[in-house]
Amino acid sequence: MATALAQTPLHDWHASHGGRMVDFAGWSMPVQYTSIVAEHSATRNAASLFDISHMGRLRFDGPGAPGFLDSVVTRRVTDQQPGQIRYALVTNADGGILDDVLVYHLQDAGGGSYWLMVVNASNRAKIVDFLQPQLPLAFDVDMSDVTHDWAMIAVQGPRALELAQPLVELPLDTLKYYHGAETRIAGHGGIVSRTGYTGEDGCEIIVGARAVAGVWQSLVDAGAMAAGLGARDTLRLEAGMPLYGHELSEAIDPFQAGLDFAVNLKDRTFTGHDALVRLKQQTGRPQRVGLVVTGKRVPREGFPILSAGNVVGSVTSGTFSPTLEQSIAMGYVAPEFAAVGTELAIDVRGRAESAHVVPLPFYRRTTKGTRT
Amino acid sequence: MKPETLLFSKTHEWVHVETDSTGAKVATIGISAFALEALTDLVYIELPKVGRTLKTGEAFGEIESVKAVSDLYSPVDGAVVATHDSLANELESLPSDPYGNGWLVKIKLSDETALQELMDYAAYQKQCAEEGH
Repeated sequence: MATALAQTPLHDWHASHGGRMVDFAGWSMPVQYTSIVAEHSATRNAASLFDISHMGRLRFDGPGAPGFLDSVVTRRVTDQQPGQIRYALVTNADGGILDDVLVYHLQDAGGGSYWLMVVNASNRAKIVDFLQPQLPLAFDVDMSDVTHDWAMIAVQGPRALELAQPLVELPLDTLKYYHGAETRIAGHGGIVSRTGYTGEDGCEIIVGARAVAGVWQSLVDAGAMAAGLGARDTLRLEAGMPLYGHELSEAIDPFQAGLDFAVNLKDRTFTGHDALVRLKQQTGRPQRVGLVVTGKRVPREGFPILSAGNVVGSVTSGTFSPTLEQSIAMGYVAPEFAAVGTELAIDVRGRAESAHVVPLPFYRRTTKGTRT
Repeated sequence: MKPETLLFSKTHEWVHVETDSTGAKVATIGISAFALEALTDLVYIELPKVGRTLKTGEAFGEIESVKAVSDLYSPVDGAVVATHDSLANELESLPSDPYGNGWLVKIKLSDETALQELMDYAAYQKQCAEEGH
């Protein structure tokens, strides 16, 4: 390999516990430790643990932070209360998606506000380069990339909060979904949030790079199963969540992706706002859909989606769903083929497999917690 | 069967050759434990129809896991005389007995020269060690 891969502070643990390490966005990350299905099922039925330290963490300080962030993401930031976390998009001037991010409004021990933006590992450099020149002194805001100083782990599953609670000072049941707060975590200062990327309840923990190994081991000892990027992908796919580089790209706008909820156009301006005002009124662009395949052959990224033998779209992600025990896919199709129930086919290596459009998500948990 | 008694292809198929009652050579073909461990989470297998003739190196089926699909390549020349069709419904058991109940197809050899190209277990293990995980 030409360049050395970045390592998270948990790299040695992964390597010594059977983690199959792969290059993911320039980071050496575990794709699985045992089997994807075992790690997936542990998340759906009990609790699992993901190292997500590779994700970019950008911190914003200063009274100008909310105004600045409000000018660069699709979702309103200025009315975000302390503790509130919102999913938002960063778009370019044409309305194309540069990244999908979480924006956190947090408070330090002294009651002072600061903000955090968690970005995809693959987009971190791009987003920093996009934001940096827009940080005029007038905004009175400082941006710092704290990705390497802080580590981040996700504890996910119906037992996640129960297993994490002994380590976390803050009572987790007082934390609403998509909320987060500073607290003590295994005696160290950190941030806990009721967020995740699996479709299950759970939390994400941010602690200092030097403290994370102890937190991770305590969670493993408590019974959470370490899970890799393979299960993270099958879980998010079942949950109908888009992944940047697959469902999202600069060639896709938020309305095509079905992410209207993350776009606030009224009485605001941000990069891409005017393009999105126009795009919202336009029709005819391919739309993101969920597809269930009749057979067991698995649709993969790039496979053509067919109607009556004609190509009407293509697959952006596909897998065999361990929970549904069916092959599932997300992709983009021309709008006349996007209605739920539409019978289509997917060209799986030269042979058409019948499929039909289903509502997203493919899987929805039955208990508490909805995205706000 | 013990893997030490088998021959292996570069593409991770194993081969066991026997002589049937008519004196013809029949090769039983499967996938190595190494390949199955790399795949994990099997979801689908497709095998050829009985009677199909195969050349060495020709794809005769596919095996799919949650994360990837692999073609299966014939390590020999000949005609398919039997396929292990029940495997499709018990794929999860394949990794536990890859060299026994994990057989995929039986091929009646039309030519034995391809066997010369196959590796013994020691040579195959060396290849696997070089590929790493």
